[in-house]
Amino acid sequence: MGKILRLVGRRLWQLLPIIVFATFVVFSLLQLVPGDPAVVLAGDYASEQRIAEIRQLYGLDQPFLVQYGVWLLHALEGNLGRSLLTSESVSQLILYRLPNTLLIAVYALVIAGLVGVALGVAAATRVGTRLDAFITGLASLGVALPSFWLAMILVATLSLGLHWFPTTGAAPLLTDPWSAIMHATLPAVALAVGVIAELARQVRSALIEVLNSQYIRTLRAKGLSSGAVLWKHGLRNISVTLLTLLGLQVNRLFSGAVVIEAVFAIPGVGSLVATSALNKDFPVVQGVVLVLVVIVILINLVVDVLNALLDPRAAEA
Amino acid sequence: MTAALDLPVPPQRSRTKAILRWMRRDVRAVLSLSFLLLLLIVSVFAPVLAPYSPIDQDVTQLLLPPSAAHWLGTDDLGRDVLSRLIWGAPNSLYASFLAVGVGVVLGVPIGLLIGFLGGWFDEVTSRFIDALLSFPPIVLAIAVTGALGIGLTNAMLSVGFVFAPVLARLVRAQTLVVKNALYVDAARGFGASTSHIIIKHIVPNAIQPVIVQVTLMLAIALLAEASLSFLSLGVQPPAASWGGMLARAYNYIEIAPEQMYAPGLAILLTALAFNALGESIRVALDPTMKRR
Repeated sequence: MGKILRLVGRRLWQLLPIIVFATFVVFSLLQLVPGDPAVVLAGDYASEQRIAEIRQLYGLDQPFLVQYGVWLLHALEGNLGRSLLTSESVSQLILYRLPNTLLIAVYALVIAGLVGVALGVAAATRVGTRLDAFITGLASLGVALPSFWLAMILVATLSLGLHWFPTTGAAPLLTDPWSAIMHATLPAVALAVGVIAELARQVRSALIEVLNSQYIRTLRAKGLSSGAVLWKHGLRNISVTLLTLLGLQVNRLFSGAVVIEAVFAIPGVGSLVATSALNKDFPVVQGVVLVLVVIVILINLVVDVLNALLDPRAAEA
Repeated sequence: MTAALDLPVPPQRSRTKAILRWMRRDVRAVLSLSFLLLLLIVSVFAPVLAPYSPIDQDVTQLLLPPSAAHWLGTDDLGRDVLSRLIWGAPNSLYASFLAVGVGVVLGVPIGLLIGFLGGWFDEVTSRFIDALLSFPPIVLAIAVTGALGIGLTNAMLSVGFVFAPVLARLVRAQTLVVKNALYVDAARGFGASTSHIIIKHIVPNAIQPVIVQVTLMLAIALLAEASLSFLSLGVQPPAASWGGMLARAYNYIEIAPEQMYAPGLAILLTALAFNALGESIRVALDPTMKRR
């Protein structure tokens, strides 16, 4: 246990510069806006007095690095400012919407993990056969398929045509779990397809490499059944690769969620960031980007630690 | 007499033969390259090829199914879908090449520089690159687009900005490998200058994986453009884009579901072609894969 804590501590220390840089990027977004940030933040048709107020409130009359420090301190306290449009608290907005995004992302990751690994294993154990070619072709198609187009086709066929699933919206998982799952199924499937394709490809090539290695040949020569070789040695050896891959897919899922939430009218943080960017509601944009990048960095930390538990060699690195 | 005339022919024939052999060996590359060339021709000659104006509305011809006059029907404003599909091609290609171009112009020199210089400069820049790579790419691109101002060019500058750290990291890794190679040491021993080593040794050797990555990025950029235009953050109406056409079609999915097939297929096929070309280049450049 102490070893794990030490490992977490070391990784956090290594992650610190990345977190600092990431927050700096989020803060700097406002500097990209042409014109005076105070005028931008005050919104359209603001009075001179309101602009001066905003300048004071956000410390925009201070040097850049001081502004960043003030912003970061506020963010650490959970104060991400207010929406320019509705003057709601940004952290409240995000807290209210984040569960909807996490539900479809986690759901998609579960689907993709199961289907992607199954396809990758099926292809890798039958290299050169028609099934392998079919799965590889399917993966190429999945990578190039626009997820929101797939989502539209799913809506047209499965929900409008067959009425199997509700068309749009979301339901709270805690109070109405069945409806929440039904609402999240099509969005999760649409999100999962790209991830399935990526996982199937990577699992296939990683497993082919392991199955071709010397020690697997030795195990086979010893007379171990091919099932035991695959499950006991092949998959265990790619488990670290697989976990790292799954961690990397979180980025792709959050990216995909932006469009998928728009298609299914899901009140999540993805659709929030898109509409806020359209409406020039910068505090909301910054807030969502900050929360998502912190989630991604923390997930990578968890993946690192789990990898170290799975494979002691990874802990040394 | 005839023998003398025949003399110049053999080298030419062998070149045609080589091309034919390549075409037979890599059908996928030929198909995707032809599709992309066709798309380029359509893009250049869009004003001539499109049967109607892509933006002229006709309220008497709303959401018509495909017919002889309108091969792919008309949209909710009475505009010819085929003409909008054709006019969407130059926007998509422009978007893809702009985003990837920005990524290359920013990412490659930075990667070369930090890989070559090393030290604390590399250490700090690499952490910054790690930080940029932690952002969900489309989310970061949307945030930057919102800040720069909505529109296709800004949207694709943002996507290029997201690509840059990926390329920088790739070029850095390649540079490190080449920098420590024996023949570069030898060149340095003979008194070669830093710029000579970068231009003559590092760039040519680091460029191969970059070419593959850049081709694959064209597909990613295309999908990103479609997504951003779907969210009205990219191509602005009334200009035509495949992603924007899908957004309009989605509003009328219950009345005219056939509207969504052509633009989606156009995006899928173009992305497939870029990806297939990238894979073919990877195989062609990789000596270990050729033998398989």
